[in-house]
Amino acid sequence: MAISLTMPALSPTMETGTLAKWLVNEGDVVESGTVLAEIETDKATMELESIDDGTVGKLFVADGAEAIPVGQLIAVILEDGEDASVIDNLELPTDANIVLPSTSSSLIVDEPVSKTAPSEVISLVPTTESEPVINSNNRILASPLAKRIAQQNGYDISKISGSGPRGRIIKRDVENYSNVINLTEKTTTIDPDGDASFDIIKLSNMRKTIAKRLTESKQNVPHFYLSVDIELDNLLLARKELNSLSDEYKISVNDFVIKSCAAALIKVPEANVQYCGDVMHQFKRADISVAVAIEGGLITPIIRGADKKGLRQISEEVKELAIKAHQGKLAPEEYEGGTFSISNMGMMGVKQFDAVINSPQAAILAVGAGEQRPIVKNGELSIATVMTVTLSCDHRVIDGAVGAAYLAAVKTFLEQPSAMLL
Amino acid sequence: MSNQKFDIVVLGSGPGGYVAAIRSAQLGFKTAIVERAELGGICLNWGCIPTKALLRSAEVFHNMKNASEYGLSANQPGFDLEKVVARSRGIAAQLSGGIKHLMKKNKITVIEGNGVLVSPGKLSVEKDGKKILIDATDIILSTGARAKELPHLKPDGDMIWNYRHALVPKKMPKKMLVIGSGAIGIEFASFYNELGADVTVIEMMDRVLPVEDEEISAFAAKSFNSQGIKILTSASVTNLDKKQTSVVCTVEHKGGKSEKIEVDVVIVAIGIDGNVENIGLEVNKIRVERGHVVTDEWGHTGVKSVHAIGDLTGPPWLAHKASHEGVILVEKIARDKGNKDIKDLHPINKGNIPGCTYCRPQVASVGLTEKAAISAGHNVKVGRFPFIGNGKAIAMGEAEGMVKTVFDAQTGELLGAHMIGAEVTEMIQGYTISKTLETTETELMHTVFPHPTMSEMMHEAVLDAFDKTLHM
Repeated sequence: MAISLTMPALSPTMETGTLAKWLVNEGDVVESGTVLAEIETDKATMELESIDDGTVGKLFVADGAEAIPVGQLIAVILEDGEDASVIDNLELPTDANIVLPSTSSSLIVDEPVSKTAPSEVISLVPTTESEPVINSNNRILASPLAKRIAQQNGYDISKISGSGPRGRIIKRDVENYSNVINLTEKTTTIDPDGDASFDIIKLSNMRKTIAKRLTESKQNVPHFYLSVDIELDNLLLARKELNSLSDEYKISVNDFVIKSCAAALIKVPEANVQYCGDVMHQFKRADISVAVAIEGGLITPIIRGADKKGLRQISEEVKELAIKAHQGKLAPEEYEGGTFSISNMGMMGVKQFDAVINSPQAAILAVGAGEQRPIVKNGELSIATVMTVTLSCDHRVIDGAVGAAYLAAVKTFLEQPSAMLL
Repeated sequence: MSNQKFDIVVLGSGPGGYVAAIRSAQLGFKTAIVERAELGGICLNWGCIPTKALLRSAEVFHNMKNASEYGLSANQPGFDLEKVVARSRGIAAQLSGGIKHLMKKNKITVIEGNGVLVSPGKLSVEKDGKKILIDATDIILSTGARAKELPHLKPDGDMIWNYRHALVPKKMPKKMLVIGSGAIGIEFASFYNELGADVTVIEMMDRVLPVEDEEISAFAAKSFNSQGIKILTSASVTNLDKKQTSVVCTVEHKGGKSEKIEVDVVIVAIGIDGNVENIGLEVNKIRVERGHVVTDEWGHTGVKSVHAIGDLTGPPWLAHKASHEGVILVEKIARDKGNKDIKDLHPINKGNIPGCTYCRPQVASVGLTEKAAISAGHNVKVGRFPFIGNGKAIAMGEAEGMVKTVFDAQTGELLGAHMIGAEVTEMIQGYTISKTLETTETELMHTVFPHPTMSEMMHEAVLDAFDKTLHM
């Protein structure tokens, strides 16, 4: 059956997009991963990839077409053996057969930073092989009440993710959706005499949770911070080698960071702990929470047992979880728990920062951008790719010496990745 | 000797605990259950089940007394209280035996004795002065609840009864005061009144069955009055003065007027307290508020690997709520340990838990009362249908009752359903499924109800909310 491509929703608030440029022509053979077009939103330009193999049957909009509503048909890809006549019979679908990840960062965003490897680190979200979710079944599972409330409010129910049994959309989901899209409407501007005017913006539930949990952490957990510079040249070499072996995966620097943090937690188990009143818990597995920035906040999906997983598996899981995070489809077990967190702001050009501990965990690693820096080795000046990381520790259960030992282990694994093979 | 080790140990074998234990064993956990008294807890032995047995005797007796209405004759119907009680006890014993069988079938270790949480992962169980220690990866507290007691209303089992005494009467009281008109008080009032006692019910709130919809309360009060039960609302008992063979109760009405009522038996049914004492909550810093253990929506106490469910954790104090919480909690524990087969797990939605009272007429409800719906900000549409409009109800000789529905006017959400009359406790489940599936009035209207049944009234009450009722 012909595959319909529609304007993807690149963020929860996106209503229309501009088709900046087609990168394929009608009749071109495309395969999964071929970049089809560039799409512009008010925030960024993103590349739209094909997820199927086939031939471009028809392009329904021209280069530069503006204000294309999300969900509108923009192209049809024909599968093997189909000819263009099927297009004439095609009903213009109201909901997309293909749902693309819903935020910018899960598509390739021009990759302006792709030349310096460490920045990819950092894209916690897939950089190339973004895997759109195929809505193979056009039936949308929703309760009658959810359907009615969506209809009364003019919401497209296909854009709402369901939290009921088997992903069924229930009343609560529609109400949550409504909270998100009403966010901007809930802004009130106050214009007092003399003083600066300001907007009153209602906090989303996620923002409230972030505010509450991080305040609790910063007030109740005695933080201290340890920073160290890490040379990445060996790692970049290893990564290049691994990625040249196959096209089936693409390991990022961040995948190495996750793996190293996990391996170091096993090597220094005193750092894999949690404060629990009269006792502390020392974990036997490294479950790594990875901070992902999403529309309106952030969430920390977990790579469970990352110490026992290979780089490829970690890489695949991170991609999958990041896509789900952006779509708001993470199940609670995918983000609740974790024994250690990583927050990576390298892609935003941040050199170094101190992260707030993701309580009840006892430590978080703040990862800065990798960049070429002059270094002095054996009395000689040379150039290396260096990244600064900072570990925030809960002093109630992790003392300075333990934190330092842990950080040294992380540094060893990242500077000599082959040590992780031991 | 080393301690016995289990994956999950459940403390208390009521409908929350034993169901949690079964689910735990089904999911492959090595499971034990600790019980200080009878398997099945209060529900099976001293609550839900034996009261239903007594009330069934009362119902049959009522029908015998009214046999002539059906063209039948039953000359001088009577009862033998000892046998009525023996039947009730026999049924409780039979079901408790059934739990024993279920435990055995699921290979659940039953440990008799008083269990105390020593620390997370460790329980001590004491029986006859001997103490053993048990290790458990996870511990589920389900010690239930008991009747609330006040110093001036302390049951003695002689003339002042709690529910336990009221279940095993040795003689039939002539005059009785029931303090509290919740489900427990009203069921006993109904039973003793049916068997001929002169019953007065006293309620602090301004209506009987105060958690029910106001219209249902009013309907119930009228019906109880017509059966001869006296009802005093907005009143409380300030003193019980025990005489040789009677109790003089000082009843204070709102506004200060007081009166004295002399009865031979008082039943105290003024509420429920969680069994939070002597199970090791304090030393383990488990939070207790208003006599109940505080948990999150899954049953976690905040102390790692210690969980709590059922009456111990607060209202609604209902067996079916406890069982459901037990299953959800155990599945959550399994999922947290990586069981991939556990899908679609959701915390219980307390708004969709039905409640039933087995007095005559029966009362059943789910969701918001009309008043609660309005104060929650809903514009409501209300439907009503009386039993007198239903063919089956009339044929059954049960024409007293009504069904009431409360919908959100804008969305058509079924916010609540309230029923009073014969067999409504068996029917409420229809509306409960509707609420769980989030149906609107449309699906309920399109549902075909079998004729002739009393359930047709449920259909009519939906139609009536939208001015489409057919048989009125």
